[in-house]
Amino acid sequence: MYRYDSIDHTIVQARVAQFRDQTRRYLANELSEDEFRPLRLQNGLYIQRHGPMLRIAVPYGLLSAKQLRTLADVTRRYDEGIGHFTTRQNLQLNWVKLPQVPDLLADLADAELHAIQTSGNCIRNITTDHFAGVAADEIADPRPWAELLRQWSTLHPEFAYLPRKFKVAISGSKEDRTALLVHDLGLQLVRNDGGELGFAVYAGGGLGRTPLLASKLNDFLPWQHLLTYCEALLRVYNRFGRRDNIYKARIKILVKAIGSEEFARQVDAEWAHLKDGPSTLTEAEVDRVAAQFAAPNYENVASEDLCHIAFQREDKAYARWVERNVHAHRVPGYAAVTLSLKKPGASPGDATSAQMEEAAELAERFSFGEIRVSHEQNLILADVPQRDLYTIWQRAKATGLASPTVGLLADLISCPGGDFCSLANAKSLPIAEAVLDRFSDLDYLHDIGEIELNISGCVNSCGHHYLGAIGILGVDKHGEEWYQITIGGAQGNAAVIGETIGPSFAAADVPDVIEQLIETYLIRRHVDESFSDTVRRIGLEPFRTSVYSNTTSQRKTANA
Amino acid sequence: MRNLQTHRLIKERLLQEDVWKVVTLIDGQPELDVCLPVGPLLVPVSVWKAKKACLIHREYEHGTPLGIWLSPDDDPAEIAKDVDDFTVIAVHFPKFTDGRGYSTARLLRERYGYDGELRAFGDIGRDQIFFLNRVGFDSFLIGEGRNAEEALAAFDDFPEAYQAGSDLPIPLFRRRAA
Repeated sequence: MYRYDSIDHTIVQARVAQFRDQTRRYLANELSEDEFRPLRLQNGLYIQRHGPMLRIAVPYGLLSAKQLRTLADVTRRYDEGIGHFTTRQNLQLNWVKLPQVPDLLADLADAELHAIQTSGNCIRNITTDHFAGVAADEIADPRPWAELLRQWSTLHPEFAYLPRKFKVAISGSKEDRTALLVHDLGLQLVRNDGGELGFAVYAGGGLGRTPLLASKLNDFLPWQHLLTYCEALLRVYNRFGRRDNIYKARIKILVKAIGSEEFARQVDAEWAHLKDGPSTLTEAEVDRVAAQFAAPNYENVASEDLCHIAFQREDKAYARWVERNVHAHRVPGYAAVTLSLKKPGASPGDATSAQMEEAAELAERFSFGEIRVSHEQNLILADVPQRDLYTIWQRAKATGLASPTVGLLADLISCPGGDFCSLANAKSLPIAEAVLDRFSDLDYLHDIGEIELNISGCVNSCGHHYLGAIGILGVDKHGEEWYQITIGGAQGNAAVIGETIGPSFAAADVPDVIEQLIETYLIRRHVDESFSDTVRRIGLEPFRTSVYSNTTSQRKTANA
Repeated sequence: MRNLQTHRLIKERLLQEDVWKVVTLIDGQPELDVCLPVGPLLVPVSVWKAKKACLIHREYEHGTPLGIWLSPDDDPAEIAKDVDDFTVIAVHFPKFTDGRGYSTARLLRERYGYDGELRAFGDIGRDQIFFLNRVGFDSFLIGEGRNAEEALAAFDDFPEAYQAGSDLPIPLFRRRAA
């Protein structure tokens, strides 16, 4: 993975010093709340219900074991020992104290970590595929490009005060695992007919109160022009994105208002002046960065480990974990493993310091000392020899990291919601926990099969509810918390925004409603048909009937 | 002792007295009616367009330096051909969170070749100076109620930067390789 040189260190340390001074001035009343807010947000610091929340960047979801130990350490020393991994591959701490944040950041900087631009109206942490470098369907490794963009966007002087936040995802594989189409800017690595590498560029996607899928601006942007093109695109957005209404300020509104063709034309007109300028990437720089993502020294191991096969025959629980949590690897005899951060009674994406340390230990012993955070809020060991899988399973089980539910309903995605987040209209974690409790029977979960359940505590949609086969959105009605259900959403290459089924439900009824939707699906589905495909085939009505008809329910609802 | 209230202008990394007056139009006031006070003036783009001849005459006949100021909405392309007529081009920041002026500055410097004094004024202070300097501003009128003395330290907030800017046309990756 990318290691800082002395210049990278200098820049991150200077940012810590700058933030330390800003915090000092705020605490000394030299900076007003309004002056300090944008400054602290640009360093990932929110003021939440219980105090500040700090969002630490995990650039493109990749961590060394040493960095994960640092995260475990700061989570224990500055927080209460539990961190929350987010859908954008970052880590959030909910109980930090403002005067200590500069020290926390200094500790992070020593481990080549930071919180730069994890919030605020600027270019956010760039996300990518958690199987980057090991996926069999990979066109090119997205990580070097993500790192090049990380450097370009870090403390970019022109784009620190954009109309609104700006999220970038890069995918290097055929199957999209990055939710590319709901990003402000989505970059898909492609090869042209001549075999040259470049990017298909998509812009204007996003969730929030106006969910939209991104439009394609460019079929093939040669890799040399990545930075100059991004600079042109951001400049058009910075100048012409709306600033009069926070809900209309994302780039998607601009792209929609003028049309993607006109937007692409404006970007091209701007780019004409920047193209081939000094920011044009060089082969030397790409090689310098790419060399740091070179494949590890894989051993020559048998393509099928006999013990691993035997253990699956003998141990049903192990076989189930392998089926769900172990993923194919491009190198024979190797596998990628999901360490699940989902289980009944716990908030999705939460990890204790002890769990982080155990995951770091597993990475060190079995996966070349690296670990990834997935956008589904789990941890991934990407390079594990099959012969070590059984040991990993046993150890993961002992630390609560082995829920065999990856891709199933219990692998649900959720934002931290109203328990922590001051933006939220409603709690999301108790809903997540109630659903996890209701669907705790593994046989039933496996019978339902692959399905995405996403929960957001407000329309900012951090839990990506619109993309879930079943989405749950917390809404506020006259001071009460209600939950609106959408169905039929999908992520990936053929992303679909889910549709609302009708009036909202009270929290206590949500598990029943989910169960009725699932039962309708189980009755009506064809063999191997996904939930959302069933919705598309038979429409919303059978699902509506199952949850709203008076014969089955006397529950209270509220019109959204 | 220096009066901080009258010395809010940073230029060449020093606090200086500001001799420029900003001309503003009252809502609905026709540009031709605007009264031009004595001394160096920063006029709005619309006044420049309406009274170009008069303003140039004033400069040449009376030796009064001429400047212009742009709001975040103003397109710098509109004065692209005129940039050499101005001693100062100023860009207004009604709120420091409105970042359009950063792009305006880069366009003036890098696209339209302006090499005179480029001034940021309005709601700006210590925490904006570093980036403002990077996009091409070289003078800074610190906002009312903000500490101008303290803002002098901001130029050294970061000893290095990744991207090319108006201050540094070669990005770090090309300098790293050199």
